Amino acid sequence: MIGRERMTVASQRRIAERTYELTLAGRLVQQMKQPGQFVHVKATAMADPLLRRPLSLCHIDRERGQCTIIYRQEGKGTALLSQKQPGDAVDVLGPLGNGFPLEAAPAGGRALLVGGGIGVPPLYELAKQLTKRGVKVVSVLGFQTKAAVFYEEEFAAFGATYVATDDGSHGTPGRVTDVIEARSLEFDVLYACGPKPMLRALAERFPNRPVYVSLEERMGCGVGACFACVCHVPGSETAYKKVCSDGPVFRAGEVVL
Amino acid sequence: MNRLAVELPGLSLKNPIMPASGCFGFGREYAQFYDLSVLGAIMIKATTKEPRFGNPTPRVAETPAGMLNAIGLQNPGLDKVLAEELPWLEQFDVPIIANIAGSTVEEYVEVAEAISKAPNVHALELNISCPNVKKGGIAFGTVPDVAAELTRLVKEVSAVPVYVKLSPNVSDIVAMAKAIEQAGADGLTMINTLVGMRIDVKTGRPVLANGTGGLSGPAVKPIAIRMIYDVSQAVSIPIIGMGGIQTAEDVLEFFYAGASAVAIGTANFVDPFVCPTIIADLPALLDELGIGHISECIGRSWKTGAHAVHCRA
Repeated sequence: MIGRERMTVASQRRIAERTYELTLAGRLVQQMKQPGQFVHVKATAMADPLLRRPLSLCHIDRERGQCTIIYRQEGKGTALLSQKQPGDAVDVLGPLGNGFPLEAAPAGGRALLVGGGIGVPPLYELAKQLTKRGVKVVSVLGFQTKAAVFYEEEFAAFGATYVATDDGSHGTPGRVTDVIEARSLEFDVLYACGPKPMLRALAERFPNRPVYVSLEERMGCGVGACFACVCHVPGSETAYKKVCSDGPVFRAGEVVL
Repeated sequence: MNRLAVELPGLSLKNPIMPASGCFGFGREYAQFYDLSVLGAIMIKATTKEPRFGNPTPRVAETPAGMLNAIGLQNPGLDKVLAEELPWLEQFDVPIIANIAGSTVEEYVEVAEAISKAPNVHALELNISCPNVKKGGIAFGTVPDVAAELTRLVKEVSAVPVYVKLSPNVSDIVAMAKAIEQAGADGLTMINTLVGMRIDVKTGRPVLANGTGGLSGPAVKPIAIRMIYDVSQAVSIPIIGMGGIQTAEDVLEFFYAGASAVAIGTANFVDPFVCPTIIADLPALLDELGIGHISECIGRSWKTGAHAVHCRA
């Protein structure tokens, strides 16, 4: 059930270059279940900036009634959000969208989690829930540079974790696909979140395997009403999916990447 | 007495608050947040004869206190709206205002005739002001003679009253409004979005794939107020006002300018509960201002002598 709540900031810290980890407390956490779902956050009650910001859930802790989101400070909205202190209120709408299908990974099977940059956070809750179901998790995380890297140790707690950086300043130089290739990583199901070129590369490399991708697109409402975040469906001029309410997670091949 | 009830051509509204076309889909998304029967009416998303995908993404860009959109009239087409969307809306006790668009006169007429016969469609909103489509839309809405002729042809075939949605992207909106009134329109809705653009600082290119988009949100409210103020004094048909409304106070401002009902657009994206919140807030605001019925507010900003009536004792 989607709700709207003024949640309370429990903690906030900078974890990498322009990257913040924000933990929020509130009743809405009890509605949050699927990894890959997102919340739509308004950083100010004022009219500027006007719209909410869609941010993926990184960690859901229903027992403590807290959820964590990780975001990169890009514009005015995220700049305001980064100034929030413990005890401050944040206007949250959520949880929104359909997350990663856990059941796609057989118990005892292997899941490969591939994240790029600010697409990494939702894979953390996914790694946690898959591990709980007895799925073996291997993570490949790509970043531009060493200063942008976050959560390497956190992912390592769930299984082998490989980091790639574009400039080679940390981990394997190159792209996530280079790591998968070089290490011949095997999997029963692949889950990915990151920039579209990365998702496209993964879908093209494993055309006949179960690959699930989480898309990012500019959003207005976040609930499917404004038609801002649509994407094409293969083989049709007019058929479409909405990233916010049909996704953000799709099986590769379901939408045009 | 329901102090929020409003009677307009074709529309008996329990309150004057309705979601604006293009900001509420066909209601399904918002039905998960509240009972749509609380609304005065619903202006459904623009319907064209054939399904349309609309423009490429990005289709929205935020601006100071507003947003640009270039959706491009994405909709499932007339047949599907008649077969699925309108019947689904029948479960709610709320009149539907069907927004219709087209790229030719024939398309407007065909869609108008068919959709006006749906049992829960109580009025049409003729969309001659969408800035985001290459053919039709605003092309019909910027030349008074063309807009008047289209209004006349749609009126001939429509089974319900016809409201015409005015574009603010004209040099003389009063002349446009008068021409449309003359052609037989039952009411006006105003304003549609203002054509705008944002350019990306890094790439030097427009942010929207379409280049330009329609500006909406609180940023456009003063323009809407001014235009309604001017038009309402020049025509005798009612106006449904829209443009940046976020609160019950904003609603009264539109009534004072000359609107007889209002539509809420962009604010739905910010707060899905905004329409029921405004409906709930209005009675207390009327009390505070000593106003008995909301209709008393219509045109107060220009009606002579009206200002003294509601000064607080």
